[in-house]
Amino acid sequence: MARRSVPILRQLLTSPSTNLTPTRSVTYMPRPGDGAPRAVTVIPGDGIGPLVTGAVEHVMAAMHAPVYFERYEVHGDMKRIPQEVIDSIKKNKVCLKGGLATPMGGGVSSLNVQMRRELDLYASLVHCFNLPGLHTKHDNVDIVVIRENTEGEYAGLEHEVVPGVVESLKVITKFCSERIAKYAFEYAYLNNRKKVTAVHKANIMKLADGLFLESCREVATKYPGIKYNEIIVDNCCMQLVSKPEQFDVMVTPNLYGNLVANTAAGIAGGTGVMPGGNVGADHAVFEQGASAGNVGNERQLEQKRANPVALLLSSAMMLRHLQFPSFADRLETAVKRVILDGEYRTKDLGGTSTTQEVVDAVIAAID
Amino acid sequence: MATHLLRRRVSQILSQAIPCPTSPLSVGRAFSSATAPIRATLFPGDGIGPEIAESVKQVFRGAEVPIEWEEHYVGDQIDPRTQSFLTWESLESVRKNRVGLKGPMATPIGKGHRSLNLTLRKELNLYANVRPCYSLPGYKTRYDDVNLITIRENTEGEYSGLEHQVVRGVVESLKIITRQASLRVAEYAFHYAKTHGRERVSAIHKANIMQKTDGLFLKCCREVAEKYPEITYEEVVIDNCCMMLVKNPALFDVLVMPNLYGDIISDLCAGLIGGLGLTPSCNIGEGGIALAEAVHGSAPDIAGKVNLQIYL
Repeated sequence: MARRSVPILRQLLTSPSTNLTPTRSVTYMPRPGDGAPRAVTVIPGDGIGPLVTGAVEHVMAAMHAPVYFERYEVHGDMKRIPQEVIDSIKKNKVCLKGGLATPMGGGVSSLNVQMRRELDLYASLVHCFNLPGLHTKHDNVDIVVIRENTEGEYAGLEHEVVPGVVESLKVITKFCSERIAKYAFEYAYLNNRKKVTAVHKANIMKLADGLFLESCREVATKYPGIKYNEIIVDNCCMQLVSKPEQFDVMVTPNLYGNLVANTAAGIAGGTGVMPGGNVGADHAVFEQGASAGNVGNERQLEQKRANPVALLLSSAMMLRHLQFPSFADRLETAVKRVILDGEYRTKDLGGTSTTQEVVDAVIAAID
Repeated sequence: MATHLLRRRVSQILSQAIPCPTSPLSVGRAFSSATAPIRATLFPGDGIGPEIAESVKQVFRGAEVPIEWEEHYVGDQIDPRTQSFLTWESLESVRKNRVGLKGPMATPIGKGHRSLNLTLRKELNLYANVRPCYSLPGYKTRYDDVNLITIRENTEGEYSGLEHQVVRGVVESLKIITRQASLRVAEYAFHYAKTHGRERVSAIHKANIMQKTDGLFLKCCREVAEKYPEITYEEVVIDNCCMMLVKNPALFDVLVMPNLYGDIISDLCAGLIGGLGLTPSCNIGEGGIALAEAVHGSAPDIAGKVNLQIYL
């Protein structure tokens, strides 16, 4: 169903024609009752969050997609996420989220990290690819970064040993490394990807990253059709800026994943257009793929010039996750057509449009 | 062009040998007169090292640079005084001359002793790794306007090497940040910026997640920033920094960061200008020791056909 349409869509979009009308003949046979509207929790968040989530809701309504949104207000300076929000996500199983700003060094732990821990969203996925029509310094980029989301350097276990000396614990467990490796290979298998690369620093952190690599190697033996290799993180960053076409799927622990995802997003067009999400065994939260830790500045907010493309593409991923592949394809095609035309682009892509203009263009482009 | 780069490099080596304001000024300076040659230690290293070292000597001789090289080789046996293949004499030579040039050294794997680079770093207390990244005119990469310096704390942070297995399948690795080391590298960064006419210093961190550790690093940077009001100081989160570097590297000037981020960002910047074969690097130690080095490995497979740019 969903997996059949993806390679066809990719084929259509990599062909140089400007006519992006999908001419699939694939048949998706739904079960009776699949068309009932699904509830999705929406967390507008801080900064440009409300603007872009509003854009998504607008587009979904225009498409008559079978989703309805339950909105909850959460802000980055709250102590923890309200229980009603967590309950709603547990009920709906799917959430769409804008960014939550974390105060710097302020003693409040990040709500993004809290949410991932509580819902056990152990895999974070960012899809970085060149959009046709958007010119960047690097071509042929199509990288998916799968990052372990719950442990590693972000375990949050720090303490001051004596005044002036602080320790932070980086925890790596076999359980978490194994499940993220399994997810990465499973993703590669289901999406017809050819290669999985593990990113590590095991020459220095021999035990910690060594354990991660061991888990990856074990899982790799179970997928003989998928190539597996390993690369040290500093070399990886260097290769990303010089030869990004060699990477396909990358699986990484927490911190390196953050850096690699943001670097890959930067080379492929910027964080304003890369979709992504966090997924666990039971729940999925979709958000802008690589946000580089910021939620937009005030000027963007005032002038309403935030880029909704990333969240629109993430919501297409969400529609596919909810098993509405046709709506997902239509949305993605419309967004890519708007980018290809080049008339309505926000400031980070070199244009001057506002969010609303881009949204209107996308709605007009939906067939 | 080679001579120009050469003179710039020599002046870099010499200027980097100037002690930081906080260290005692009782260091004897050997270059008070312009005619007396400066003694510098040279470690040719392994693999492609000796060929490169020979080329450097030739170019320096051709440009009539007043340097007298003292060559030291990595030994075959472990010197009991240093617990590694580097002899005590080599280390003493660097300590005396205060300036050195190091080729790539391959540590034999699996012999159960310290890596040579680590020995040098620990024994000479080399606390800051400075890597200038300039777009080289004449070598076209995708980025033409790169002009930045990365200064990385070299002794602690995530690379303290303190790991242990708690129970089977659970490993803990310690990241240590101390006030003393952070202050030292921040002082060096601002001092470097001032002496080289740089206008901005950016501290790279992840203090929104690692609040105490990177928070301490930032606090130290802020303290030092107050002493240099003419230099703009900013703080950038590392993921934002990575993204900005690949989109527009001209936004950055001097970058100062802890060990792990420094490793990744300095290699990323090397990738922007064309790779490790083109990137010079210098390790600064307490008391004004400066050990310039090659950042690449010994590449035993291409010994015989090498790129000398980085040494010059």
